[in-house]
Amino acid sequence: MSDARLSDPAPPRGRRWSWTDPKLRSSVIQITLALILVWLAWSFYANAEANLSRLGIASGFGFLDDRAGFAISQTLIPYNENMSYGRAFLVGLLNTLLVAFFGIILATILGFLVGVARLSKNVVIKALASAYVEITRNLPPLFQIMFWYLAVLAALPTPRQSWGIGLQPIFSGIASGLSAIGLGGLAAPFSGLAEGVGAPDVYINNRGLILPRPVFGEGSSGILIALAVAVVVSFIIARWAKKRREATGQQFPVFLTGLGLIIVLPFLAAAAVGFPVHLEVPQLRGFNFAGGVSVIPEFVALLIALSTYTAGFIAEIVRSGILAVSKGQSEAAHSLGLRGGPTLRLVVIPQAMRVIVPPLTSQYLNLTKNSSLGVAVGYPDLFAVFAGTTLNQTGQAIEIIAMTMAVYLVISIVTSLVMGWYNKRVALVER
Amino acid sequence: MSDSTSGQALSPHAFVSAAFREPEPPPTSDRGPLRWARAHLFGSVPQVLLTLFGIWLLYAVIPPLVRFFITDAVWEGTNRNACLPADVGHSVGACWPFIWAKINQLTYGFYPADERWRVNVVYALGALLLLPLLIQKAPYKRLNAIVFFGVYPVLAFVLLTGGNFALRHFLLGYLGFDGLFPAGAEVGGLSVAFWADFILSSALLALVAAGISRAVAGPGAGRGAARSTLIVMALLGVVLLAADVNFGLVPVETRLWGGLLVTLVIAVTGITVSLPFGILLALGRRSKLPLVKISSILFIEFWRGVPLITVLFFATYMLPLFLPGQLTIDGLLRALVGVALFASAYMAEVVRGGLQAIPKGQYEGAMALGLPGSLMMRLVVLPQALKLVIPGIVNNFIGLFKDTTLVLIVSIFDLLGAMRAAFTDPNWATPTTLFTGFGFAGIVYFVFCFGMSRYSMALEKRLDRAQRH
Repeated sequence: MSDARLSDPAPPRGRRWSWTDPKLRSSVIQITLALILVWLAWSFYANAEANLSRLGIASGFGFLDDRAGFAISQTLIPYNENMSYGRAFLVGLLNTLLVAFFGIILATILGFLVGVARLSKNVVIKALASAYVEITRNLPPLFQIMFWYLAVLAALPTPRQSWGIGLQPIFSGIASGLSAIGLGGLAAPFSGLAEGVGAPDVYINNRGLILPRPVFGEGSSGILIALAVAVVVSFIIARWAKKRREATGQQFPVFLTGLGLIIVLPFLAAAAVGFPVHLEVPQLRGFNFAGGVSVIPEFVALLIALSTYTAGFIAEIVRSGILAVSKGQSEAAHSLGLRGGPTLRLVVIPQAMRVIVPPLTSQYLNLTKNSSLGVAVGYPDLFAVFAGTTLNQTGQAIEIIAMTMAVYLVISIVTSLVMGWYNKRVALVER
Repeated sequence: MSDSTSGQALSPHAFVSAAFREPEPPPTSDRGPLRWARAHLFGSVPQVLLTLFGIWLLYAVIPPLVRFFITDAVWEGTNRNACLPADVGHSVGACWPFIWAKINQLTYGFYPADERWRVNVVYALGALLLLPLLIQKAPYKRLNAIVFFGVYPVLAFVLLTGGNFALRHFLLGYLGFDGLFPAGAEVGGLSVAFWADFILSSALLALVAAGISRAVAGPGAGRGAARSTLIVMALLGVVLLAADVNFGLVPVETRLWGGLLVTLVIAVTGITVSLPFGILLALGRRSKLPLVKISSILFIEFWRGVPLITVLFFATYMLPLFLPGQLTIDGLLRALVGVALFASAYMAEVVRGGLQAIPKGQYEGAMALGLPGSLMMRLVVLPQALKLVIPGIVNNFIGLFKDTTLVLIVSIFDLLGAMRAAFTDPNWATPTTLFTGFGFAGIVYFVFCFGMSRYSMALEKRLDRAQRH
């Protein structure tokens, strides 16, 4: 007890503060950081105020109600130049979402095909898929967009010489190919077929893509209602089937039933109201097409470039996802007596998806963000309409760029929240 | 029992072979090119169809490409007439004279012709310094890295811009003490006011640092803090001196830069800036201090959530409004700021992945050895973490290199922008000019990106091997 060495030595005088004291250190660092941040924010604010008044730029969001005064080449909702900047913002946002939506669908399909092809035993297919991946991934997306727009689409024929896409050109192509290699006798049935199917419904030329337009007549809403009912019923059946399977082990053909319902119910409804839907087929009149929907070439170029570029990345994700499922899994499935199809469907793909989905979502986000590059070819997306034209006209850089960034940020945050929820759902449950 | 292993002797059980038998060769149907072709090309009907489809695709793509770029291409000429099918007499592929005519514009932009040697020196020095860094066996790695990341950027900066910046104010000047120094006096082209200001500011900073350290960490720490501050200020002084001295180089404004020069300047700046900042942000994100952590997360997620083009617009149109009015920033520098912010956020996430992969035992081991936090990071954690994420870092570099094309939207002419400008030249308006230009630019981008990705794969393999031993 009297041994002084065992008791803590008294702290040396005049050194009550020590840099090695974590509490002190953390508060010093954080206070310094807070001071720097506050100073930055204050000086940004003060400078912005001074600069704006010096340059005579208005501030605030009042400009959103002003007349825009410019036209937009692709509008999904009614719009003309007398409408407001706010309306133009909406038009641009919808255009961004449109190209992102179709781009994601196309990129997923192409990416999965190429990714599986890279794992093929067939060396020719494998080499082709590898070349595709290397080329698309190693060229800048902006380069690809400009290539498709300036070089490829501009080199397409004029509307009068449009290329038709459909069965007729395929059949007549086969016929002319056969007669070219000296099998003229075999060509006749194909040219007959080409005559039989009539003119194609889809055309592509240097002014874009022309598609048939579905025209909904009286009573079409019934078909839509039938479709909705079919979807809801299939959903209910799926839940019931799952419950029954877990309770009794009995299977139910959920997919086939659902598919049948979704096809048959709307068809019956359409028959009941006398098929009110028909396709308005585009027809060449003079120098351009009349009827149908024409898709602007900027959209086509952007869509092709974005989806082929992203597909290269998706292919690599799919390939690594499939490779990540160990061979023992499919061997075990085989030894349980599962055949090839069920093995893939029930064992390999669910496990591969767990690896594939997170990076896949980030590719979807990248595609959405890359759609802003459409500004280089004049596609009227959110960025071109708002941060381009509107910024030029109003000069309100702070509000406009902040709003544009906020839109992309919201898209990113919503996607990552959904992803987090999905990841939690499919995560391995470990004991 | 021992004689049964000798092979010659009979086994006690005569029906058991005493020696291993040579394996039989596989049946003939399982060997040779035929067998290979069956396994890889013609195994089943769908396989045959796929092979035929693939061969047809190759046939449809490769011969036209070869025809376009080589056999039908025009190699010599002085104007568009050389590439017009009507004048040549056959169908014309690539119009290479167009590229030869524009090659200076594509490599240097509008950099004055008499000064292009400076760009060439920068290119050559960069290649000379980078090559031994990439080759594993080359000696003097540390010195090489210091020269490449420390000396070379300053040298390149002075060479490309011309240096001789008329520096007028340092810290005290900006704080409003201009009156202390004689304005306008110069010694050898250097402003007396600036350098007096610099030396005085450095001394004051060192004193302040010493004072703070002394108050916080005790009397022993003051001297060290003063010394560190002076070393940092001395390095900064050398850089400033290099920028201030008149080497007799003609100044070249950045708006004259263009083509591959701009592409490389943006890519290299982005790469060198993003790595240190990315590491800092990643450490910040894993910090236990709530304010540091939250501000790192906000910074990273904000820049990662928006497209680069909005970041460039932010840097070009919005940032100048946030800075004092008299401060005008060069257009290229604005783009560089945008690229650096964006690339740092992405780099931070890559580095964070590496930090998370380091097992806790490594941290605990370092602590048990008594290493303080900064040394633990520098000597134990970061070397392992960075090694793990080298592929991710290189992937980031590839992405950054591809993203440099976006500056053409804020009117800076990189390689792609210079190419697009070249397309508008009526002297070279031929049907194949566009395809030739895109072909050439595509090859350049592909060579850089593909080269980087292959290098990273080789590196990854080597590190993997080293890890297993």
